[in-house]
Amino acid sequence: MKYMLLIGGAEDGWDHLDEAGQRALYARIETWWDERKAAGELLEGAQLQPSTTATTVRRGIDGDVTVTDGPFVEGKEMIGGYGVIEVPDLDAAIRLASSWPAPDTLEIRPLVTGEMG
Amino acid sequence: MTARQTVDSSLARVLREERARLIGSLVRILGDWDLAEDLVQEAAVAALEHWPAEGLPRNPGAWLMTTARRRAIDRLRRDARFRQRLVQLGEEADEMEQPIQTGGPLAADDRLRLLFTCCHPALSREAQVALTLRTVGGLDSAQVARAFLVPEATVAQRVVRAKRKIRDAGIPFRVPEASELPPRLEQVLAVLYLVFNEGYLASDGAVADRRELARDAEWLTSLLVRLMPDEPEPLGLLALMQLHLARVEARFGPDGSLILLPDQDRSRWDAAAISAAGELVERGLRMGRPGQYLLQAAIVAVHATAPTYAATDWTEIVALYDRLLRLQPTPVVALNRALAIAELDGPGPALTEIEPLGERLRGYHLFHAARGELLRRLGRLDEARAADRLALSLTDNPAERRLLEARLADA
Repeated sequence: MKYMLLIGGAEDGWDHLDEAGQRALYARIETWWDERKAAGELLEGAQLQPSTTATTVRRGIDGDVTVTDGPFVEGKEMIGGYGVIEVPDLDAAIRLASSWPAPDTLEIRPLVTGEMG
Repeated sequence: MTARQTVDSSLARVLREERARLIGSLVRILGDWDLAEDLVQEAAVAALEHWPAEGLPRNPGAWLMTTARRRAIDRLRRDARFRQRLVQLGEEADEMEQPIQTGGPLAADDRLRLLFTCCHPALSREAQVALTLRTVGGLDSAQVARAFLVPEATVAQRVVRAKRKIRDAGIPFRVPEASELPPRLEQVLAVLYLVFNEGYLASDGAVADRRELARDAEWLTSLLVRLMPDEPEPLGLLALMQLHLARVEARFGPDGSLILLPDQDRSRWDAAAISAAGELVERGLRMGRPGQYLLQAAIVAVHATAPTYAATDWTEIVALYDRLLRLQPTPVVALNRALAIAELDGPGPALTEIEPLGERLRGYHLFHAARGELLRRLGRLDEARAADRLALSLTDNPAERRLLEARLADA
């Protein structure tokens, strides 16, 4: 099954680390990313620019469009990246998400695919 | 008993024993929870038509499976998408018609798969409870709703949503691997204990219905023990439930009021059941690595085998609480340990132990009730009354309220 991993957390979550600590954590994430891709479990994904760069477009039922600054949900935890994974079932997806090396929050969402999944 | 009643009660017994296995097998083969439940229901209705006239079949479980399978094939034939499953159904159903295996590989048991899937951590606790009682326990939504005092529609909706999530989110139908088993087993035990307590602690109008729920939880736990005989914690939970049930008659007065342990008539305890549960505790302890349920059961077993409250082995109880506290360092465990200290060393030292817990337990009525009791024993009656009043304001349980009101009236 294909799932989207929405990787989020507090955007100042790394602030307590010094520069060397941040570099080390980033290196661990890169290793994780490369290994999962090589294993064929991670199909695609990316890190996102911080939520200060977000722009929200809302289209109402009547077709009205409004454009505003910021992400569509304001909260303490922001989406900072995503990955699309392909694994046999939710337990495998949970295992994969649990191995994410940084102190973040991950949401696992199954993708809607063709009939019979 | 009329012939009809005999069949009804045999059917109920067989269904209870076989239902989870039937549903488990059908879910595994068909991958469709609703269809599996419908088929088992239809098979049960068919049994009610045939068995009174034809007599009980020699292997009622196999009869039900054959009937369910025939109906499954009828339905699947109408749907081309399921052709692959039809082939599978033929093979798997043969296996189902074999007499029930007792020594087979336990990991393959469909009832265990069912239980672990119903209690998957990706489902909410409410959904885990409703789904477990519906599919493994064989209760209908109305029964679950009555037991948990929620509208039937709420239960039905929880079950529908849970089944949808199992399907759409890809929750696998299997027993977790060894490396994942401890936390997953913990989920199953938590669900079973919650169901048990919901029934056991009941004291309001629907007591009979809800007491039945405690028996259902006990039955489900005994099933888990049979399926995982080498795991100490299911054994501990089963013993804990049986120790509580063995003493339930002495726990309430004729007017439904709560009778606390020191005041219970111990001759009304079921000594045989207590002794059987004690053996389960021993068996569990011999396996080593006791967990929270086994330690709790060991504590309750010490209480249950004491001839009188005064003659209880408090030293052993405090020692067991020390072990439990290391495993589960929660303020509630610390509170219960302090109450054993009160019996061993007196109310003064116990009060010193519980005062620091006040910060974290200020919303917990039993903390204030325990504190009130210790203060009363120390002769600090005004403070005791204040604590009891606080406890009263924090509980809705009618039996507990009556007890606290009586205490306040006495003082």
